[in-house]
Amino acid sequence: MDLRFTPEELAFREEVRAFIRDNLPADTRERMKLGHPPRKEDTVRWQRILNAKGWAALSWPKEWGGPGWTAIQRMIFLEENLMAPAPELLSFNITMLGPVLLQFGTDEQKQRFLPRAANLDDWWCQGFSEPGAGSDLASLKTAAKLDGDHYVVNGSKIWTSTAHNADWCFLLVRTDPNARKRQEGISFLLVDMKTPGITVRPIISIDASHHLNEVFFDDVRVPVSMRVHAENKGWDVAKFLLGNERTGIARLGKSQERVRAAVDMAREVNFNGAPLIQDQTFRQRVAQLQVDMKALEITQYRVVSAYDKAKGAGKPDPLSSVLKVKGTELLQATTELAVDVAGPMATPIWAQELAAMNEPDEMLEASSAGTASYLMLRAASIYGGTNEIQKNILTKAVLGL
Amino acid sequence: MDFEPSEDQRLLVESVTRMLGDTYGFAQRKSYMGQAEGYAPAIWSQFAELGLLGLPFAEEYGGFGGGAQEVMLVMQAFGRALVLEPFLSTVVLAGTAVNRAGSAQQKQAILPAIAEGRLKMAFAHGERQARYDLNDVVTTAKRDGSGWVLDGSKTVVSHGEAADKLIVSARTGGDRHDEDGITLFLVDAQAPGVARRGYLSRDDTRAADIALSNVSVPDADVLGEVGHGLPIVRRVVEAGIAATAGETVGAMEAMNEMTLEYSKTRVQFGQPIGSYQVVQHRLADMFMTQEQGRSMAMLATMSVDNPDDAARTHDIALAKVGIGQAGRYVSQSAVQMHGGIGMTEEYAVGHYFRRCMVIERLFGDPAYYLAKLAAEVR
Repeated sequence: MDLRFTPEELAFREEVRAFIRDNLPADTRERMKLGHPPRKEDTVRWQRILNAKGWAALSWPKEWGGPGWTAIQRMIFLEENLMAPAPELLSFNITMLGPVLLQFGTDEQKQRFLPRAANLDDWWCQGFSEPGAGSDLASLKTAAKLDGDHYVVNGSKIWTSTAHNADWCFLLVRTDPNARKRQEGISFLLVDMKTPGITVRPIISIDASHHLNEVFFDDVRVPVSMRVHAENKGWDVAKFLLGNERTGIARLGKSQERVRAAVDMAREVNFNGAPLIQDQTFRQRVAQLQVDMKALEITQYRVVSAYDKAKGAGKPDPLSSVLKVKGTELLQATTELAVDVAGPMATPIWAQELAAMNEPDEMLEASSAGTASYLMLRAASIYGGTNEIQKNILTKAVLGL
Repeated sequence: MDFEPSEDQRLLVESVTRMLGDTYGFAQRKSYMGQAEGYAPAIWSQFAELGLLGLPFAEEYGGFGGGAQEVMLVMQAFGRALVLEPFLSTVVLAGTAVNRAGSAQQKQAILPAIAEGRLKMAFAHGERQARYDLNDVVTTAKRDGSGWVLDGSKTVVSHGEAADKLIVSARTGGDRHDEDGITLFLVDAQAPGVARRGYLSRDDTRAADIALSNVSVPDADVLGEVGHGLPIVRRVVEAGIAATAGETVGAMEAMNEMTLEYSKTRVQFGQPIGSYQVVQHRLADMFMTQEQGRSMAMLATMSVDNPDDAARTHDIALAKVGIGQAGRYVSQSAVQMHGGIGMTEEYAVGHYFRRCMVIERLFGDPAYYLAKLAAEVR
């Protein structure tokens, strides 16, 4: 047992921090420091910079452009990247599609898609949830019928994040409606979003932004060669994808960055006749968040260090569910803190009107962006398996009930 | 970073667990509580034979050559079994004080005696008016020829009654709250002028109030430098926080296992209560809390020897808050999930509950450390 970072790990953190500091484009950094989410072009540009350095395909093997890092190094990178704050690597490409193709894909699929996914030449999205299949994913109905060397897909997906940005979609479809068990009739397809018959309809979320979509499939023809793994074995792929190294899921660096920003703002705003930062209740709230973030940080390193020890083999660690639940609770608590610090300035929406009417007003802009983040992150305990589902997983996997 | 115990550490845990499995069932423990000392001297001897009483001491002092990690692992096993013996006060608290501040002669006189089970000690620092403030000491030590004379009183001294020797803090200079001017003394528990009043604590162990009147202590029994005892006290307390953090993890594991087992066997409305999702989710919350608490115990353990004072104090405070809150949540939930039976003295879960409650207040509670952390926010 050695519970400290090794000198190599500490040096690695310095190297990552310096690279991000020297290479993150200034306009991206400024937007993100104010609390805005990255624009599509911010994400693409940054992922390409990282990919050129060999740092994008984080968990992939070296021959596919991976950096050859340990899981602990990957964790350090993810933390530093979030704390910078810099755009996150597109998880659909890097932590979902990539590992799936490496595990189940044909050589042709790997050759065609992996390098482009790493460099974000293709933006991928995830077609899983349906109006009638949320937490109960296996009840999905979108159908794919074989017609010669194509599947014909009909149905609809919902909550499809960034489908409006996407070039490609990995899609769960029902290929055998008569399967004995629902899980046994599902296949995993790769679909070009430009295929005729696909309609993307925006869903505006409570932060007044467009992240989410409905995607309709109307006689969409997908070549059989775009199926990953065997027909009717798509559930295995989905389970692999959802269970695959979910260590980044806590997004702890984001919580840390949000607390930092809230404390900085607390110096500038008034509370009861003095700067808010002098208020005991506020300070205790920050201290409590520091306690909870530290516990999560160590739990996170326990998970990744076990992953390194097991050489990545074996089943997903049930502690990943702890990371998901505790990590998202913290994301929500830290963004809630930011909103409370902003006070009355948390309410205006920073859109064209305000941006145009005012002189640059960073305080107002940051307040508004903080609220957007607070609102959007209500989704954190819903996506990726709701926190209630995570507790069901723990009940089964750890408690054996 | 590496969170896996080494082979030696695994063997250590195995042997402690085996020994406790043979000797420390809940019914057996009850009989130990009834003994005059409030624990079982025979078990204490077995701890010595296993090498546990010299666990963190150097081999030259008859020790095992272990460190904070070994202490954490053993305390975890002790927490599962609700061990009553004065390991914390003797080996961890007094041991740390002597290890850190003792002269070669003092170490030679004390550490091997502890390791062999011949010497039990208690850390007599807390005073009624101080609550959790370590610098608040009004017991006095005045110069008297070549020695010192101690007057004052110490309160809730864990295992103070059973101890052969006490480490007593007293003011040799400065005022009530001054950081400087506190000195540590090794005091024979039988020395004239030492009056101990023992009582039962909520966790089934015994504690004592200790009155000191006109107690003569020779110069040779000053521990560390005159007037500079507080930094030692702080290190002792930090070692205690780390050790009891490990103990809390063991207690939480035991409570979670009992609660899980109970949820499988207790039938209501025709089904085991563990089949109800509201119960399952509480169990999942208890498990998550236990694991977050374990992370905090690891933080305390990895911090305790960090030479950087500011970083160490900060991390220990984080850990103390986290582990205290975790122990409280798990123990309250464990009683709740058991229902009526959890309220009874005859059932183990309430004893874990009370041990966690006591640990939460040893060396300062979460609110106290949260206030310290809050003061550092900038």
